[in-house]
Amino acid sequence: MHYAILCYHSEDIVCAWTKEEDDAVMARLSLVHEKLDAQGRLGPVVRLLPTTAATTLRKDSDPPLVLDGPFAETKEQLLGFYVVDCASLDEALDAARDLAKANPGGAYELRPISIFHPGKAGE
Amino acid sequence: MSDLGWIDAALTSARPQAVGALLRYFRDIDLAEEAFQEACLRALKHWPQNGPPRDPAAWLIFVGRNAALDHVRRRSRLAPLPDEAALSDLEDQEDATLERLDAADYRDDILRLMFVCCHPDLPATQQIALALRIVSGLSVRRIASAFLVSDAAMEQRITRAKSRIAAAGVAFETPGAVERAERLASVAAMLYLVFNEGYSASHGEVARRAPLCDEAIRLTRLLLRLFPAEPEVMGLVALMLLQHARLPARFDSQGGVILLEDQDRSLWNAQMIAEGLALIDKAMRHARPGPYQIQAAIAALHARAATAPETYWVQIERLYAALEYSQPSPVITLNRAVAVAKVQGPQAALDLIDPLAQRLSNYFHYHGVRGAMLLQLDRRDEARMAFDRAIALANTPAEAAQIRLHIDKLSQESGAETQSGHAS
Repeated sequence: MHYAILCYHSEDIVCAWTKEEDDAVMARLSLVHEKLDAQGRLGPVVRLLPTTAATTLRKDSDPPLVLDGPFAETKEQLLGFYVVDCASLDEALDAARDLAKANPGGAYELRPISIFHPGKAGE
Repeated sequence: MSDLGWIDAALTSARPQAVGALLRYFRDIDLAEEAFQEACLRALKHWPQNGPPRDPAAWLIFVGRNAALDHVRRRSRLAPLPDEAALSDLEDQEDATLERLDAADYRDDILRLMFVCCHPDLPATQQIALALRIVSGLSVRRIASAFLVSDAAMEQRITRAKSRIAAAGVAFETPGAVERAERLASVAAMLYLVFNEGYSASHGEVARRAPLCDEAIRLTRLLLRLFPAEPEVMGLVALMLLQHARLPARFDSQGGVILLEDQDRSLWNAQMIAEGLALIDKAMRHARPGPYQIQAAIAALHARAATAPETYWVQIERLYAALEYSQPSPVITLNRAVAVAKVQGPQAALDLIDPLAQRLSNYFHYHGVRGAMLLQLDRRDEARMAFDRAIALANTPAEAAQIRLHIDKLSQESGAETQSGHAS
């Protein structure tokens, strides 16, 4: 089963990290990535640009409405996601706990994936 | 990240919102800052034990407001002191009070806090120092270091700026649409000043001053989150990112300036460029161009060119013409002339800048550009004179060094010609 691990964090706080702090978090995360990768379980890893770069297309009207900013105006924002191959929810939680140790604060949402096309854009 | 690292980032990110709300409440910048300071001290005590609150800014506003009220009461002896236990009870009730502080208030609070620093009576350097102190919360020592002055001098500068804005008075009513737009424009200009204070650093100063660029980007992104549909704010964030992305390529190992066309583009920060380009795409959709968007679009054309010769100069020239039209200034005309030279040749550029001779007679770049054009036209004696004038006006050793390269080349070439007996 593929799980999406959706990363939520306060964007204000992440934007206030110094470059050194950001680098340190990324270095710790990459160790977790390596471990998952060595097990052949790591799919796409995505860090999103700040929500200020986001555009939302509201398709509940015709024609759809184009709005500036992220879909949800919440304190904690979707800042990135992983796709990880996990045999069970426990395995997915273990992976999320490892990631959480490397990058505390905020929350991970673990979401089993229904359809997964790896695609070619990332190759 | 350590506890302290996390708390530090949380306090920094919450500061504009918290001090902004406290300023609205107390209508006194010093009291608002003291209240925030007090709340930070309590956060350092409570957060490591109790864990971070869900909304750090709200916690700091609530605790800071109560702490400052205590001080005021204590001073005026109007009310008995509440004991520490009663205060802790209050802190537990934070959620109930905070519902009343809705998002619209926060937006105007932060804008007001930034706007306070843009008072037209304050010279640019004081606006920048004040913003770094009040909005960013940088220590006087760090600001002094960025400005290359003593701590005492910076302390004095900030105190003077504060008393000036206190005397001028601050509008605390919720601004109307027109006033809000005016505030936004002033704040954007002030944030660009902060950015340029960092961007204009010489190689030796980069370590101390480049963080001002990061800080300006952080605050402008914050402004864009508050006003997500403002194309000029998108343009300003994009402009800052696209310029700052070049930092790793701007100096050689000796600290000399490397001009845009000679920079190693593989050193440019790809992530910043990606974000800058995305923001320009967003801004253009609004079809409400303005000076920041146009300048960002120019920076974007440089960023999109894989090599210097691939630069789309025709479009850059058009954009400078648009900028010149919306904001007529001899400096913009001078920049346009550089693009004109690439498209139509040096004579067309000279024709464009010759009429500026009087107004830009003391401007380093004018004589530098003019010298370069004359050199391309092989008018060597005149080029030499222009470069000599430029060097006399250089603002930094790096600028002087850049011109000296041209002069040395001219001297060498003329020396070689004399020896071999060729006339050009």
